[in-house]
Amino acid sequence: MSDNQAFEPVIIGFTCNWCSYRAADLAGTARMKYPPNVRLIRLMCSGRLDPTFVIKALSGGADGVMITGCHPGECHYIEQNYKALRRFLLLRRTLAQFGIEPERIKLVWASAAEGVRLTEEIKKMVEEIRHLGPLNWPKWSNGRPDHTVILQEEVKV
Amino acid sequence: MTTNAKPKFAMYWAASCGGCEIAVLNIHEKILDVDANFEVVFWPVAMDAKYKDVQAMPDKSILLTLFNGGIRNNEHEEIAHLMRRKSQILVAFGSCACEGCIPGLANFSQTEQIFEAAYQSVSTDNPDNILPQYHYTMPEGDIHIPEFYPVLKTLDQVVPVDYYMPGCPPESHQIAAVIDLVIKVLNGEASLPPPGSVIGAGDSTVCDDCKRERDVKTIKKFIRIQDLDNLDPVICLLEQGVPCNGPATRQGCGALCPTAGAQCIGCYGPAEGVIDYGARLMTAFASVIDSNDPEEINRILDGIPDPAGQFYRFNLAGSLLRTGRVAWKSNGSA
Repeated sequence: MSDNQAFEPVIIGFTCNWCSYRAADLAGTARMKYPPNVRLIRLMCSGRLDPTFVIKALSGGADGVMITGCHPGECHYIEQNYKALRRFLLLRRTLAQFGIEPERIKLVWASAAEGVRLTEEIKKMVEEIRHLGPLNWPKWSNGRPDHTVILQEEVKV
Repeated sequence: MTTNAKPKFAMYWAASCGGCEIAVLNIHEKILDVDANFEVVFWPVAMDAKYKDVQAMPDKSILLTLFNGGIRNNEHEEIAHLMRRKSQILVAFGSCACEGCIPGLANFSQTEQIFEAAYQSVSTDNPDNILPQYHYTMPEGDIHIPEFYPVLKTLDQVVPVDYYMPGCPPESHQIAAVIDLVIKVLNGEASLPPPGSVIGAGDSTVCDDCKRERDVKTIKKFIRIQDLDNLDPVICLLEQGVPCNGPATRQGCGALCPTAGAQCIGCYGPAEGVIDYGARLMTAFASVIDSNDPEEINRILDGIPDPAGQFYRFNLAGSLLRTGRVAWKSNGSA
């Protein structure tokens, strides 16, 4: 899929208010550079991540989803990041059966101090997805997929 | 019969098994109320009728149409549009029309794979390897059969739908209750629910109806119910490691399967407010796993060998993603 070098992946990033969101903040204030392909959404905790969010992102045009949270054992809400881990592992298996490559969904632990780590992970993921190519899930939501047969007005019998 | 005075009733089947029709007939003597209050004008399973008879009817002349089955080919889609035009109330009846159901699982396969399974595998005795042709020219003229779509669609992905009646099939007592309601509406004794409502089912989940006890237990392995030697009759199935779909499934059946000692498979579709049925189930299943170690979690998850089949058994065509990638890729799109 390397036919399109100009392809800029769209990645939705879910961040935890207490760690990875602050890591991104730190990266910003420290003027660390990372590709603009990731759109960050702040959650209070990675445990808030409903798999619906990921599926909605992919079906809505995202090429990949990055889920980020506090390191194991460091969750602000004690152990919700483990829930995120279990959901992530199950979700990735399920989406593989839909033909969505496991590389498109990534789980990254990043503490509030790890701006560098977060930017490195983002850079890595953007390149991985650029290599995979666009996901281009059909836009079902605007009515019908583009391959729908145009209907005749009346049934011909 | 004073046919013209009675409101008209129709029922159509698209991609479905016929179980919904059986469920309607299973309302027993209530079917006489249907006959007393409605004139049945179109019901391919039960009576002879031609599409052109329906086309000849004035628009909106049928009061109530129960449409079961998903949209698998262009005949289904055309009839869906026809019934929409001729009906005042169009009900997506049964799981197939609401969310794709079992036929919708074909959305995980390419059209060629579906045809191979149907016509060239052990499922069919087809020694001459005869495959259906959409068009064929005979001396008498051209003949054709409906064209197969690469992706099965739900009824509301094709035409606007007034009400949804889930279930595979809908429980007969729920059908009887809906028929009672419609008759009351006809007599001016009740009013219809708001358009777009789910009828003949509750809003909450199967767990709400299930008498089994939940104890916030967590599990070390998932196990198929037939492999479990000592099924506890009281404890929640999911907490015994049995993959039960109750936590995301709409109530309406009275928790028949878990009560009988079998896991809920989710035929009543997503409960109210559930956007993606499979996603809700993944959340529920992930919550009962008793491990924080990625390797052990993966070992436990191996107990669900077919997660997409487990989580989207009835709901694939109605889910956010709707299909596996092969189904839409095979059509040359995207």
